Amino acid sequence: MSSPNPSDTNLTRTTTVQETMPAQKASAAQRVVPRMDTSPLHGLWALTVRDLRKWYTNPYQLLISLIQPIVWLGIFGKALNFTSFISASGATVAQQQQILLSTFGTTSYFSFLSVGMLASIILFTAAFSGMSVVFDRRFGFLNKALSTPVSRGAVVVSKVLQSGIRALIQSGMVLLIAVVLGMDTSAFSVLGILGAFTLLFLMGFALSSLFVTLALRSSDWQTQMAIINLLNLPLLFASNALFPTKIMPAWLQDVVKLNPVSYAIDGARQLLLGSPGTNSLVVDFGVITIFAVVLTSVGVVMSWKLLSK
Amino acid sequence: MEMITEGTPMGRAEPIIRVENLAKSYDGKTKAVDGVSFEVKEGEVFGFLGPNGAGKSTTIKMLTTLLVPSSGHAIVCGYDVHKQANDVRRSVGIVPQDYTADEDMTGLANILLCADLYGLPRSDSKPHAEELLNLVELQDAQNRKVKTYSGGMRRRLELACGLINYPRLLFLDEPTLGLDVQTRAAVWKYIRTLKEEYRMTIFLTTHYLEEADSLCDRIAIIDHGHIVKIGTPTQLKEGVGGDVIVVGVKETEPDMSEQISKVSLVREVKRTGNDYRIKTELGEEATPQIMDIIRSNGLHVTKISLTKPTLDEAYLELTGRTLREEETNRWAMMSQRVTMARARS
Ligand SMILES: Nc1ncnc2c1ncn2[C@@H]1O[C@H](COP(=O)(O)OP(=O)(O)OP(=O)(O)O)[C@@H](O)[C@H]1O
Ligand SMILES: [Mg+2]
Repeated sequence: MSSPNPSDTNLTRTTTVQETMPAQKASAAQRVVPRMDTSPLHGLWALTVRDLRKWYTNPYQLLISLIQPIVWLGIFGKALNFTSFISASGATVAQQQQILLSTFGTTSYFSFLSVGMLASIILFTAAFSGMSVVFDRRFGFLNKALSTPVSRGAVVVSKVLQSGIRALIQSGMVLLIAVVLGMDTSAFSVLGILGAFTLLFLMGFALSSLFVTLALRSSDWQTQMAIINLLNLPLLFASNALFPTKIMPAWLQDVVKLNPVSYAIDGARQLLLGSPGTNSLVVDFGVITIFAVVLTSVGVVMSWKLLSK
Repeated sequence: MEMITEGTPMGRAEPIIRVENLAKSYDGKTKAVDGVSFEVKEGEVFGFLGPNGAGKSTTIKMLTTLLVPSSGHAIVCGYDVHKQANDVRRSVGIVPQDYTADEDMTGLANILLCADLYGLPRSDSKPHAEELLNLVELQDAQNRKVKTYSGGMRRRLELACGLINYPRLLFLDEPTLGLDVQTRAAVWKYIRTLKEEYRMTIFLTTHYLEEADSLCDRIAIIDHGHIVKIGTPTQLKEGVGGDVIVVGVKETEPDMSEQISKVSLVREVKRTGNDYRIKTELGEEATPQIMDIIRSNGLHVTKISLTKPTLDEAYLELTGRTLREEETNRWAMMSQRVTMARARS
């Protein structure tokens, strides 16, 4: 470790050292180098902050990303008025409540959909995490990072992490919007909210790993767009985000069970709305954690292979 | 993990770069670099000179661990580029051909990010970054976003980034490509400072002969992935076949060719009309001897010129192309790149 004083670390001093020890020019130049952090995690946070800064200094991006869930909630959520739908069949108010509760796990479809929208914005943010890898490759920044001793895994994990953090903040905003628009808050608790957001963050982490890994080799954003379109809507529709699993045809129910998004939403509904839920919370947390760990590990392992040519 | 340079102060200095039969083919087909071997000594400025697509950038990318060689070995700063990639990355600095800075960040933030990626502590990297920004004369622009920088400023910023990890060896891939005369002169000045004051070894690629000639201690001419010739600028020029003297004689008869070729320094004489084109060593000494021979035969010399070989001629002889043609293509490509860069923003 050399002295922290800037004038001591500058290279002119190296020359002075060399003059006294001419035989060891090279090692003298080496000696003034401050110790470099060689842990595999160094640079991870710097890379993450770089992406996050780009995001929060650009308010338009944030606003545009919130429009979609607002449209879903404000128009789709309000238009699908299941209460009037059911009352048209002549059921009593008590019967109506019963039907809604047994179908959605809550008496308000809007609240049911709100939790789905929390997951949906995370899904969309995760899907675009691969895009930032593509642009970094395109604009040369990726090559710069790869020419430094930063670990290849940290490059991947930073992309996943920044996307997870963004997704978390955006879904927090969607929750606020949903509450303003009339989401049922009677079952809210601090622990419930923390738990729900932990699940959603893990889901964001898992899905971002998937999309980042798919983008590692690509320098072409059109292909990446195609991948996003190919995966995004199926992941949303083949989940319990918009409708409960039990009203779906059996073959689709099987697909929904394989979709990690469903587990995050199922758990979040239990924690935010007090719904009964399809699985126990332990299963929801377990499945999402496994998904996150497996997909992130795959991403890190693939990065060793795919980031060098 | 052996550092060969260190601990052997008495022995023959180990080269800082040792390359043996290094080759790279893309997609298993295009042989971008086809078995090059060379050594670079500590403290020297070593140049790779070659036309577009010769394999210069590919070589640099292999030596800086960005590309894995298809075959062959390279030892850089005592480490194997393939097996000890991270040690190589820590020891060398890189200024790539393309701009890699983040346009949305300031110049200073870009350098600090580089420092973080090397794992340098902020307590050190902050003053060091400012020092480097001073070196490349960007201190006034350090808090501006890079998207407001001119091409020359970007190039200088890349240079500063490449120096942040106190490298022993610096790779410069076409450091003055597309720069105006003044900025180019400034970059040359920095390179000389790095060599002389900072005792840095520099590996650079270039298209410009003057650049190779005036900066490099040794040059390798590379073409189609092969090294055609390695030597000092003087050696390369001498290799072309020496100086050229052109003598104009008033009288057409008699033909003096045979007599001139008897001068011991002269290698070749060609006559076209009244002019004799003479290839010779040591032109300054040969010229008066040739004059004497012509005069002693009672003839009159009407004109005389002596041309020293340039690297341009050496290059032409070795690659069959002049760099003038290359430069025109180069500029076309550059302007295309600038357009692309604009389109992005
Ligand atoms: N990623 C790639 N995939 C396929 N071929 C490539 C790739 N990169 C370079 N090449 C090819 O390899 C050859 C050498 O390219 P390289 O970039 O090393 O040349 P260069 O000497 O640096 O040229 P320039 O002066 O234009 O920078 C070229 O024929 C080029 O087309
Ligand atoms: Mg090149």
